[in-house]
Amino acid sequence: MSVLQVEEIGIAFGGVKAVDHVSFRVNEGDVFSIIGPNGAGKTTLFNLVSGVYQPKYGKVLLEGADVTGLEPQTLARRGLSRTFQNLQVFFRMTARENVMVGRHLKEKRGLLAHILALPATARQNRESAAAADAYLERVGLGGYADTPAAAMPYGALKRLEIARALAAGPKVLLLDEPAAGCNAVETEEIEKLVRNIADEGTTVVLVEHDMKMVMRISDRVHVLEFGKTLAEGTAEEVRTHPKVIEAYLGTHGSKEAAVALG
Amino acid sequence: MRKLMSNRLAVPAFLALLVVGLAFVMPSNFYFRVAALVWISALAVIGLNLLMGFAGQVSLGHAGFFGLGAYSVAILPAQFGLHPVIALIAGGAGCALLAFVVGRPILRLKGHYLAVATLGFGILVSMVISNEAWLTGGPDGMPVPRLALFGWRARGADTWYWITGGLMVIGALLAVNLVASPTGRALRALHDSEVAARVVGVDVGCYKLIVFVISAVYASVAGSALALVNGFITPDAAGFLHSIQLVTMVVLGGMGSILGSVVGAAVLVVLPQALTVFHDYEHLMLGFMMMAFMILLRSGIVPSLSMLIGGRRA
Amino acid sequence: MAEFLQFCASGLTVGAVYALVALGFTIIYNASDVVNFAQGEFVMIGGMTTVFATAAGVPLPIAVLIAILAAMVIGLLLHRLAIEPARGASPVTLIIITIGASIFLRGLAQIVFDKQFHSLPAFSGDTPINIGGALVLPQSFWVLGGAVVIVIALWAFFNRTVTGKAVLATAANRLAARLVGINTSFVIGLSFVLSAAIGAIAGILVTPITLTSYDIGTLLALKGFAAAMLGGMGNPIGAIVGGLLVGLLEAFGAGYISSTYKDAMAFIVILGVLFVMPGGLLGRASVERV
Repeated sequence: MSVLQVEEIGIAFGGVKAVDHVSFRVNEGDVFSIIGPNGAGKTTLFNLVSGVYQPKYGKVLLEGADVTGLEPQTLARRGLSRTFQNLQVFFRMTARENVMVGRHLKEKRGLLAHILALPATARQNRESAAAADAYLERVGLGGYADTPAAAMPYGALKRLEIARALAAGPKVLLLDEPAAGCNAVETEEIEKLVRNIADEGTTVVLVEHDMKMVMRISDRVHVLEFGKTLAEGTAEEVRTHPKVIEAYLGTHGSKEAAVALG
Repeated sequence: MRKLMSNRLAVPAFLALLVVGLAFVMPSNFYFRVAALVWISALAVIGLNLLMGFAGQVSLGHAGFFGLGAYSVAILPAQFGLHPVIALIAGGAGCALLAFVVGRPILRLKGHYLAVATLGFGILVSMVISNEAWLTGGPDGMPVPRLALFGWRARGADTWYWITGGLMVIGALLAVNLVASPTGRALRALHDSEVAARVVGVDVGCYKLIVFVISAVYASVAGSALALVNGFITPDAAGFLHSIQLVTMVVLGGMGSILGSVVGAAVLVVLPQALTVFHDYEHLMLGFMMMAFMILLRSGIVPSLSMLIGGRRA
Repeated sequence: MAEFLQFCASGLTVGAVYALVALGFTIIYNASDVVNFAQGEFVMIGGMTTVFATAAGVPLPIAVLIAILAAMVIGLLLHRLAIEPARGASPVTLIIITIGASIFLRGLAQIVFDKQFHSLPAFSGDTPINIGGALVLPQSFWVLGGAVVIVIALWAFFNRTVTGKAVLATAANRLAARLVGINTSFVIGLSFVLSAAIGAIAGILVTPITLTSYDIGTLLALKGFAAAMLGGMGNPIGAIVGGLLVGLLEAFGAGYISSTYKDAMAFIVILGVLFVMPGGLLGRASVERV
């Protein structure tokens, strides 16, 4: 059974069909990539799946259960978390605190205990901090724990978002351009990390522009253009799909495309 | 030293020392009285800072809660014979309930819409207080019964200095506890990015409501304390200008700084006291100060100072 | 029916003043994102200056000009001395600055003028005109007519002149406006001067009906702000609709419900509207971009 299933989903903004009857299924433990030219509707699709936008029609199923239109915080409880294309980091907090927020659902939340700083709260804080440190270590940010997020470099913030999303313990993790703006070394590290996350059983849905990375790590690739599905298949199938090449480079560029994508 | 500075309890401990220490250098009852007024404002400002500085939600109507707290220790004992301490608690509970009810729709708003909604709420409260003269004495205000505990009567500026100072330190302690807890992290997170907080499971609406209710209770208790200290209360306590003073204290002291809340309150309570000699120029001076402070110290006194000293924490 | 018309007339008259205040808010907000709580003080300056100038023997038309000029100078000073130096400050900080300016101007008026209520003689006499049984003061027509003239003049300014289009461009995108060579600081200063003039004119026109004093600004600013938000912040049509609506609601509320809570109507309505429509009556629903 697929862990995440999207059926005929769509939304329009002022008459523009940003996402138009898109369907796909993601198998557990897979890396599932969504690609397409700029403005194809990839991020909008993510916003629909993660509950940030309400779809106009269509369904989202998480582990077989209909979760269409649920709020992001409810989806988080059901095991779906995500990162953002434009950094959404808690800049006024340290790296460790950022990831500790990711532990939110695992924390004991008794307001009175918090205000009175009961021993249980101190214990909870220590637990969350330890867990956060482990996640920071895992994404390679162990040295940044006490650094205010505002003082961290861009590439590190990209990974901080991943650590925070992982801390929520998701079954399905949506990563929106995790390598955007990163240099070659950083991109390689993120690629390794994504592969590693999937190998440990967390399903990854990926939006990414770095085609080399997508082609290397994806189990399946879904191609969007103008909000519609263009093609879906394995990396190899998509790479050689004539419509995909046309979408990316136009009819005339297909020869060069074969070289570029290959 | 650095370790001491970074301890959560450093600020409340410092404030407790300040309350005790200042008591030894106060030259007269007048100074005790002014200091008590500072502690009272500081208490309300700490609460408002939790809402504004930490959770990032503006309220231009918090004097409404302050006024309700003040009038509850005036009205409840007079009308129902309640003990002032019970009245204070009832006022706090009432404000919590009111904040819970109005907070849900208000806090869905953002930016200037949130500002105008909280402003409208505060103005409505102050209008009700001014207009329902049969209950509140109208624009002229009403007397507040003296506080007596087990036959001991609270009177004298120094007594109130200690009571209000104690309340303020407790308020600061509870606030730093909250900030350092999972709830505090959720609040700070939604300030920076609501959507990022939501996707890791933070129920943003619920947390905004929690902090709104908490800040309303702070304002209410501070209002009750002011009424008891003065023995008299007027609708000005709930008015728009007072709401703005509270907001100015938060920003002047430093958003998200508990110590700053006390500093901001101190500056805006003490300076006008010093300026009363200029009588006719009072408004002129107050307006000028508000503009000058905001232009010159826009990130707040405490954060500006701590940046200057080179420490990271405020 | 006569009663209904009577409330309509008084509501529209006061509403026109709110509409002009709300329009002032909108012009400044669009150009600079600043919510100028000193907007009500321009209305006060217009009325008070005219009152004191005519009392000093200056003929009314010249007194009116002096008052409008005074407000414009103060608007410019407000921008140059308080808003410009605080560029880049947070919205809350800017709100505090403009409220500080409003308190400052009130304090100044209390010294330069006095603390009494003042009136002006009506421009065309005090004989009410009977419209369907409702008695309407001739001055009401001055207020409504003045508001209409101002709105038309603004429309022409924004759509027919290069300077006006520069203001619109700045409102649409400040950075882009600067890149195409528009002096945005000048444009923002202009928006303050323009708003000050509009406020002053409203103050002069309405003083024969509602009287004026040094402290009328606060409530006017708050109601004007509520009216601007009611229509949807940044929307000039919304500001006019919101202002008239608040005026009518006050008149009908005072007439049919309770005159004690006349001043509360604006705030009750805005809370009600915002609870149902978080973007105001004519506001657009915004989509979060992440």
